[in-house]
Amino acid sequence: MTKKQTDPLERVAQDMKKCVKCGACRANCPAFSTFQREPATARGKVALAQHLAKGDITLDDGTYAAMSKCLLCGSCVDKCPNQVPTDEIVIAAREALAQRRGLTTFHKAVGQVIRNRKLMNFGALAAAVLGPIFFRKVPSTSGLRLRFPMPFLGGSRHVPQIAKKPFMKRHPEVIKGEPGKPTIVFFVGCMTNFVYTEIGEATLALFRHLGCTVIIPQGQQCCGLPGMSGGDLNTVRELAEQNLEALEKYPADYVMTACATCGGALHKLYPLVIGKRNPELKERLQALADRTVDAAVLLQKLGLHPEETGAAEGMRITYHDPCHHRTAGIAKQPRALLKETPGLELVEMEGADRCCGLGGTFNVYHYESSLDINAGKSAAIIETGADAVVTGCPGCIMQLSDGLKQAGDKTRVLHTVELLARKIRS
Amino acid sequence: MLDATVLKQLTDIVGAENIATGAQDLICYGYDATQMEFLPDAVVHPDSAEQVSRILKLANEVKLPVFPRGAGSGFTGGALPKGGGIVLVTTRMNRILRIDIDNLVAEVEPGVVTEAFQMAVEKLGLFYPPDPASLKFSTLGGNVAECAGGPRAVKYGVTKDFVMGLEVVLPTGAIIRTGGETVKGVVGYDLTKLLCGSEGTLGVITKIIFKLLPYPDAKKTMLTVFDSIDGAARAVSTIIKNKIIPTTLEFMDHATLTCVERRFNLGMPDSARAVLLIEVDGDRDLIEKQAGEIHKLIEPLGLVQFRVAKDAAESEELWKVRRLVSPSLRDVNPDKFNEDIVVPRSKVPDVIRRIEVIQQRYDIPIVNFGHAGDGNIHVNIMIDKSVPGQLEKAHEAIKEVFQAALDLGGTMSGEHGVGLAKQPYIPMELNAEQITAMKAIKSALDPNNILNPGKMLP
Repeated sequence: MTKKQTDPLERVAQDMKKCVKCGACRANCPAFSTFQREPATARGKVALAQHLAKGDITLDDGTYAAMSKCLLCGSCVDKCPNQVPTDEIVIAAREALAQRRGLTTFHKAVGQVIRNRKLMNFGALAAAVLGPIFFRKVPSTSGLRLRFPMPFLGGSRHVPQIAKKPFMKRHPEVIKGEPGKPTIVFFVGCMTNFVYTEIGEATLALFRHLGCTVIIPQGQQCCGLPGMSGGDLNTVRELAEQNLEALEKYPADYVMTACATCGGALHKLYPLVIGKRNPELKERLQALADRTVDAAVLLQKLGLHPEETGAAEGMRITYHDPCHHRTAGIAKQPRALLKETPGLELVEMEGADRCCGLGGTFNVYHYESSLDINAGKSAAIIETGADAVVTGCPGCIMQLSDGLKQAGDKTRVLHTVELLARKIRS
Repeated sequence: MLDATVLKQLTDIVGAENIATGAQDLICYGYDATQMEFLPDAVVHPDSAEQVSRILKLANEVKLPVFPRGAGSGFTGGALPKGGGIVLVTTRMNRILRIDIDNLVAEVEPGVVTEAFQMAVEKLGLFYPPDPASLKFSTLGGNVAECAGGPRAVKYGVTKDFVMGLEVVLPTGAIIRTGGETVKGVVGYDLTKLLCGSEGTLGVITKIIFKLLPYPDAKKTMLTVFDSIDGAARAVSTIIKNKIIPTTLEFMDHATLTCVERRFNLGMPDSARAVLLIEVDGDRDLIEKQAGEIHKLIEPLGLVQFRVAKDAAESEELWKVRRLVSPSLRDVNPDKFNEDIVVPRSKVPDVIRRIEVIQQRYDIPIVNFGHAGDGNIHVNIMIDKSVPGQLEKAHEAIKEVFQAALDLGGTMSGEHGVGLAKQPYIPMELNAEQITAMKAIKSALDPNNILNPGKMLP
């Protein structure tokens, strides 16, 4: 192949031209809010990508570092007067850098892990067994189950406990529902499978309550987003192909995810990023994207009556919009379900749709900055006086829990489906 | 490349983490909203007037050009490091030092983002009216240096009308204060007014004292649609002649409406040829009365639609029409020159007609919108730079647009300034004596020409 065909920056050449460097992205970029230096802004990254494309920027660590300062939250795209797709440009730049200088050791490791379910299962088992020996317990009300020092990740990070048995190992592939009711393929996602299995259980309970047939294809893999963060598009393509195989195996009305990040991958990034690079997969990825729907949206669509399922207890809650929901226009649906649930009082926080600071591997690379972005979020949550902050993304749940814990706060962090399913599961 | 000794001295002044010489930083501090690019040799982020002073003293010793910069959102290249040197970024100096409710003044550092300041004073029931379109990201220091305007200028004036005093580091490194906190004050030359709009050529602003107003009780937004540009322009003068000064009188011409409609389908009437967005603020009862009077006054002027917002949400909905202009312009052509001429407000239809002739002569789309209340029109010359000859044609057209504004008693820039973009056209507006006087001021304050050299004056 010629250089022209393989250079990812060629694909976004026209998009880069749309940026007029007006600076509007300075107002909305969470990365800029913490780093306060121009290379962290969207227009800065576009400028660097333009110079990279021209070949006149040395590939030193500075360029890599600048490109790593992006959470791919998409807020710059939302607010850009010219709708420059900076997220796509950053992905292309990271891929170009990975191609030219190789993946970082960290991202190589990430790629190896997410490509290998067996390894993940083994790792999860080891962590679940060994974890409690090394890790210190924290109160179960915190939304976090364990705390341990990880010097390579940052001193006092609070990390959730790995489940003793992954969600997918607890259930058969096909769970039959009532005849005539929709068939739903459940894309579980790593966080739900290995960490927050409660989210999987709650989701399953709700769709079974509606009489749906739920299929959990055992061949499904990680969605690949951690690979996208590092520019490892080969791994993402590999996983996208495997997921296509697994999810296409059953004829279903919907492919459903209870993770905003996985939803974002299947619904938007697969066709946009992998489809563009792999024309042979484009149609299949688009068809998958068209069938993919978020759990809360689908519950509302299928007519879940929260006033019937009800809450197990009265609670004052606030809602955090995951970035992958915001960019997909999912905001009203989960709120509507929560509002209709008797006993729940929804109070809005300031900046509910601002990024929590996780940003995939951004959180590992720039932990202090990630917490800095999260500090504003935690303050807004605490300000509402809510008993719990509710959201639709396990990644956000991990980040929000860490942030609140660091702030010394006891607000619980829950997934929308956990609240909705409480009574029917009790 | 900077001399190693100079680099070391700069590092000693601001600290290693606040100086950058890597290619990434040089690229990212070499652009602004003009699409021009010049790479500096280093970028420094000082934190105090003392640090700025030491940087400028060093620059004078070694004859190193210094380019002050806020958010880098300027439209004329005022902060670009043309010729190389160091970019001095003021965004670390971003503290609101005090808001004095008794005297209605506030003291701030230059790196405060305009909107953050507005929100801080509004929480106390106070008001800082200047509202450039970039207010969410531009800095107050940049606003003062460029004398930023905005839609509320018709009633409240522009940035300089709110600056009471400054702390400035002169190009030689001396730290001075100008003006003060009193409404009255006539001792010496008015250096405050001289520095407002001096585009970073006469000093680096390190503190600003702003005048504040009480926050208006209420506001009322009206969207009015006319069947001719003359009708809309006559509406502006009729309203003001009848002693109503609206906060805002924003207008969009037919070409602008076509762009917005094509992209966003807002359902404008077919007969719409111009839109006037009117806002009045003040006492709740008074604005109700004013809105009624405005409707009555403009009814006979070819009004085809009159919509009044009932609440804040509806007001935002009406403003949306205006805010959608920028994103929709690019459907016309990929590249644009956004000029900001001003004419006496009664001359708005005349200048629009002159621009129509220019547009036809050069066969380039020109889209006009802006602040009709103060005669400040954004003339957008839309071209495709990749088409051979278009850039040259655009420059010729721009020159004629400026000439039209000057012929009608206006100016070639109301709020963007001169910078690099308008420098070649300066002799059209200022005569040799004026330019000589201005150059004398510059060389008196900056004998070594180290502060933002090569800008504004030819």
